[in-house]
Amino acid sequence: MTPLIEARELVRIYQIRRGLFGRPSPVRAVDGVSLSVMPGETLGIVGESGSGKSTLGRMLLGIDDAQGGQVLFEGKPMPALHTAEWRALRARMQLVYQDPLAALDRRLTIAAQIGEPLEIHDLLPKDQRASRVAELMTAVGLRSDQADRYPHELSGGQRQRAVIARALASRPQLLVCDEPVSALDVSIQAQVVNMMRDLQEEHRIAMVFISHDLKVVRNIADRVAVMYLGRIVEEASSDVLFKSPQHPYTQALVSSVPVPGQLLEGRVILQDEPPNPANRPSGCAFHPRCPIARDICRSVIPQLRRIGDGRTAACHVVAGEPVAEAA
Amino acid sequence: MDKNSTAGSRLVELRDLKVAFDGVQVLHGIDLDVAEGEALGLVGESGCGKSVTWLAALGLLPGKATVSGSVKLEGQELVGGPRSVLEGVRGGRIAMIFQDPSSSLNPVLRVGRQIVEALAAHRSLRGEAARAEALRLLDMVGIPDARLRFDLYPHEFSGGQCQRLMIAMALAGEPDLLVADEPTTALDATIQAQILDLLIRLRRETGMATVFISHDLGAVSQVCERVCVMYAGRIVEEGRVAELFAAPRHPYTRGLFDAIPRLDGGRERLIPIPGTVPNPKHLPKGCSFSPRCSRVDDACRAERPPLLALDNGRKLACIHPVPPAEALPVRVPVEALA
Repeated sequence: MTPLIEARELVRIYQIRRGLFGRPSPVRAVDGVSLSVMPGETLGIVGESGSGKSTLGRMLLGIDDAQGGQVLFEGKPMPALHTAEWRALRARMQLVYQDPLAALDRRLTIAAQIGEPLEIHDLLPKDQRASRVAELMTAVGLRSDQADRYPHELSGGQRQRAVIARALASRPQLLVCDEPVSALDVSIQAQVVNMMRDLQEEHRIAMVFISHDLKVVRNIADRVAVMYLGRIVEEASSDVLFKSPQHPYTQALVSSVPVPGQLLEGRVILQDEPPNPANRPSGCAFHPRCPIARDICRSVIPQLRRIGDGRTAACHVVAGEPVAEAA
Repeated sequence: MDKNSTAGSRLVELRDLKVAFDGVQVLHGIDLDVAEGEALGLVGESGCGKSVTWLAALGLLPGKATVSGSVKLEGQELVGGPRSVLEGVRGGRIAMIFQDPSSSLNPVLRVGRQIVEALAAHRSLRGEAARAEALRLLDMVGIPDARLRFDLYPHEFSGGQCQRLMIAMALAGEPDLLVADEPTTALDATIQAQILDLLIRLRRETGMATVFISHDLGAVSQVCERVCVMYAGRIVEEGRVAELFAAPRHPYTRGLFDAIPRLDGGRERLIPIPGTVPNPKHLPKGCSFSPRCSRVDDACRAERPPLLALDNGRKLACIHPVPPAEALPVRVPVEALA
């Protein structure tokens, strides 16, 4: 089966300058990332700030263009940015941001905003748009009397529902969600996560779910990719990855999630901060924080390798040159 | 840790603390004690009054807020007291840190100078003595190469390091109580773990009491000994972390636990709390939680249950609490906490 969306060796380089007159230096925000998402599948992308996960999400939609590699949608290369073909394709893939208040126009009513994609992509005859908007509002759990409200009159959870309704208006096949529930209280977060899963099952939407919240990703994703400084360091099914994380970074991430009733002692607490992407360590970028780093890690960048259970990992130690696996 | 939790004498006493904004009451009479050296958690959804409680106690609310009731710091009344009393307390006796450290640091002043300023204000330290003390604080909160980074600006630090700087500034006055309002919410998981670790270590080293305001029950259980659950401007359940987390009795507390996705679980459906926190202008009659509660009946809608003491220091405000038998351990190793 052809993946719905596929990324091959994507590279995104930003030029940053230190100070006003500094020489620009390149920062590889996304550094050779390959992934694919099947129709109806959810791929979770986790990692700390600066790992390039949001940039990757935007590149998948073609909002940020790639300096290397390519994105294929249904096996065909993504058309160039801002062309008519790209705009048409954008109706089939949508983005949901973290901050719904920033994503909504404060001067338009909720109903008007949810209906906007229908207008932009000219998807329905005018007289049918209102009923489609009402249908979408019901689908995301907004009441019909909220149609004429403005964003500031809704709660955070309701705003995020409105943003999701708008994203669904054009019946997309792919939803890229960048921290969609991170700003919500757990009680409301659970409501929105359940709703997203229902909608996804009903409409067979594929999702790329970007979040730093491992617990939510565990619950919503079929497969999970862990990013560190612009590269995927481990990828596996959600079950496999969380049950037995292999890459030392994944282990630290999983270990750092506070669980009610479990003390901090005995958990892996990573020292230091993630290094600056502009000042990327040599070899494996994780080696300065890694508890099991060896000499080779300081000089050679580890490649992603299959290590069983449908898992790939990029680590010299746990996924090094073919090591006889214990039965 | 145990000796601090119950035996310590009372440091701060809140009695019937009420707050109204433009005539709308948002805090409905909070009674709360913080013992010396104790770590107390305040949990609840946004808008439940967790932060307002402490902003009111420290006189930090805007003028349109009406505060009544009593806040005593070692017997000294703070509500309605003269400005000079509050100024002596703020930063010196009780310090507060916030969720967004970058908005609490002055972006155009070097960080070292900001800490020196706090030292001058609270401990009258000047010159070399102040600089040496500031460096010691920066070391204490884990800023690497403090000497080299003393003259950098806040934007040259990451979010986690800015939070460390805030904590260093809060420690400058050698407070007896540190109120940490969602200090880790904006941080990455690995950095969050570092900051929690730091808060635990600082309390152990300095013996200051900590009030930890958070909606993250996991973080609270790591830092705190005792926890108060707030809903719609009231405390609805209170108890020691070990007991309360093992067997939450209020349906709201239970609901907060159930809503957390489990890392060790599968892809089962989450259990949300239906609805949202009520608008303080239109609180439901009877128990404020009744419209969202699964155990509600007519009695709950008719009358608001008072916060009553149960055994072993627990308090509960509920007519139909979750039976202890049903309230099975939410997470396993409870004995590790005892």
